Amino acid sequence: MDISALLLSRIQFAFTLAFHIIFPAFTIGLAAWLTLLEALWLTTLRPVYRRLFDFWLGIFGVAFGIGVVTGIVMAFQFGTNWSELSRRAGSIQGPLLGYESFTAFALEAAFFGVLMFGRKRVPNWFYLMSCFMVAAGTSLSAFWIMVSNSWMQWPVGFAMGQDGVFIPTDWSAIVFSPVAWVRFPHMILAAYLTSAFCVAATGAWHLLRGTFKSDARVMLRMGLGIAAILVPIQLVFGHLVGDYTHDKQPAKFAAIEARWHDEQPASEVLIAWPDQANERNRYAVSIPYLGSLIGSLSLHSKEIGLMSFPAADRPPVLIPFFAFRVMVGCGLLMLALAWFGTFFMSSGGLERKRWFLWATFSSFPLGFIATLTGWFTAEVGRQPWTIYGQIRTVDAVTPFLTTPQITVSLVIFCVIYALIFLAGAVYIYRLLQRGPVHLPSFDGAATNPKRPLSITGRSPGVQAAAPMLEMGE
Amino acid sequence: MISFWTFALGLSILLYVTLDGFDLGVGMLFPFAPNETARRHMLAAISPVWDGNETWLVVAASILFGIFPLVYATLLSALYLPLIVMLVALIFRGLAFEFRYKSVRFRWFWDVGFAGGSFVAAFIQGTAVGALVEGLAIQDGRYIGGPFGWVSPFALLCGLGLCLGYCLLGAGWLTYRTAEDVQSFAFRLLPRLMAAVLLFLAAVFALALALDLRVMHRWLEQPELAAFPVVGLVACAVFYFAIRNKYPLVPFLCGLAIFSAAFGTLAVSFYPYMVPFSITIQQAAAPPESVAFLFWGAGVFVLPITIIYTLAVYFVFKGKVDSDAEYH
Repeated sequence: MDISALLLSRIQFAFTLAFHIIFPAFTIGLAAWLTLLEALWLTTLRPVYRRLFDFWLGIFGVAFGIGVVTGIVMAFQFGTNWSELSRRAGSIQGPLLGYESFTAFALEAAFFGVLMFGRKRVPNWFYLMSCFMVAAGTSLSAFWIMVSNSWMQWPVGFAMGQDGVFIPTDWSAIVFSPVAWVRFPHMILAAYLTSAFCVAATGAWHLLRGTFKSDARVMLRMGLGIAAILVPIQLVFGHLVGDYTHDKQPAKFAAIEARWHDEQPASEVLIAWPDQANERNRYAVSIPYLGSLIGSLSLHSKEIGLMSFPAADRPPVLIPFFAFRVMVGCGLLMLALAWFGTFFMSSGGLERKRWFLWATFSSFPLGFIATLTGWFTAEVGRQPWTIYGQIRTVDAVTPFLTTPQITVSLVIFCVIYALIFLAGAVYIYRLLQRGPVHLPSFDGAATNPKRPLSITGRSPGVQAAAPMLEMGE
Repeated sequence: MISFWTFALGLSILLYVTLDGFDLGVGMLFPFAPNETARRHMLAAISPVWDGNETWLVVAASILFGIFPLVYATLLSALYLPLIVMLVALIFRGLAFEFRYKSVRFRWFWDVGFAGGSFVAAFIQGTAVGALVEGLAIQDGRYIGGPFGWVSPFALLCGLGLCLGYCLLGAGWLTYRTAEDVQSFAFRLLPRLMAAVLLFLAAVFALALALDLRVMHRWLEQPELAAFPVVGLVACAVFYFAIRNKYPLVPFLCGLAIFSAAFGTLAVSFYPYMVPFSITIQQAAAPPESVAFLFWGAGVFVLPITIIYTLAVYFVFKGKVDSDAEYH
């Protein structure tokens, strides 16, 4: 295995995964948001909730479809690019990810059909329950993935068998791993916040354009209000994730902090340019004592630096260091927006502050950026290990893949994903722009339940085809 | 439990091949349709079910990963390029299916993508089966054949053969789901497709004899395998009468029977190997702890539910597409 083939495999996995995660991050939150809207509609009978529900359901459908197709690729890439990992750890990750796809089909696909096409065919309570089941299904999918990934971060409940194969000895230790149970809520909250800011930004956008004002007000207020409660909770869970990293993956923690030497008491590097070759920071701005406070909640604890680990066991510093800071920065921005927003709501005049509406509108990518940079921190920080302390990434990759092979596949993925993204983004943009108008077509009778890819809404090709028919192709 | 999962794996592969087979076949026949109305009817004939059909591919991959990780790791990495191209072809085809009606100017682009993606996916699946039958270069459970170790005249012939087989299933499905001109188009095609498939089977058989493939020895060793060709022949005879009398649906069911017979032949002649002739089912199986963990949830509950759900969808969408069928 040459090094460039390994690097290309990593880039390909990171690219396809980063592309995929955007959509589940969006749909996990949207499914919960739809459940909330439907519950509000059934209890208050205010039409605005029903309009908003139909509006976001169309967007949910598109994002869900893209999430499904890009997820299929992930089901194969463990085998194609990481055959040694699958051969050795497939006995543990295989069943976990197997549960993920089985759950996805059983819960999501079935109830997704009811959601998209069944409003007129089922009683209200059943429709609401279907919303809930889709939300639960997407979260459960995320749960299995987080269990599998957390096991890679902190492998437990296994014994080593013949030929390096992992043998699961304690499934409950694997499934109820404390690492999984702080990272799973962290991911779910990230998804909720991503969606909440998309909802608030859409509301702000329509208010700025002066369209659908009453609906836009509800979106803005609900999005910001939900975020105002969830961001602080997310900060707590982020802190817990940091705690597990501090205790169980000290090298990753040191890389995030760009701490090269053991320090007591430790200072906190706020910003710097980590120079891995010379094992030091350039242009560092740091605060004394804060590092110990963050790491161990004390003023004089000893914090471990990267130099305490053999060079071969150190993660790259640059990506975890900056990705983490971008993530935290997005979180703090979201906190500021949500709290100022709720303050303006209570003091009145939220909808008239155009600068604030612009700020909220521009905030729609924050959740996505925070989610992606968070994953980059977790995954790059785990290097050089694929399964922490057990399998190095260089030993996990398919040994006989060549650079040209992976170059070809990476180029193919880039082209097709660019196409999907373009088509999906244009389509979602059009739906968002059209705004929450009532769409009778959602209850169309000729539709079908198991079509995660099917796209609701206007189909100009259908009408425009009529003249071509007469030309008798 | 290993037997259960082996059966479940076989069933999901068979379901995938026959179900996605007919909609890939419709995709390949798509460019030959007489006119735009016919093309729309063809799309409408598969639109309720095609992505449900593809879920069986993921089910099969999940079972491989969870229960037979050695086979998952070996096969998927050995077939690296073809698999990636196949996945992208399937995605592109799905995308084309949905976006065909979303644009006017670029419809030609999506049409080419739909038909081309269907062809590429089918061709690669056939090639992969061919390569598997011929035997991949595997030593001590590790693939050693290089990036194009799966390419051979025999494998490529199998690729072409599966395309024809899928077209046969597709045309058979069209006789069931469509009426009038599309149905008669399908009935016109069926005899030629059947002749082509039989010709291909003869060619494969001859080539296998000429290459002296190990699989052939197993056929000679196990005469009870002859049951499958007999099923195939009976299906061909029924097929002939159905075409003459223009019975709808029957050609599709005959196609199913032929595919099942061929699949059964392969499965029995591989047994007890999973990757012939290097990895057996027992060697491939994950530790019992893993197998049991997946069995008590996914095996006992989710798999049967998924099968029932698939049946329900086919039941809901039985019968003909509307003659003035529109999208959605």
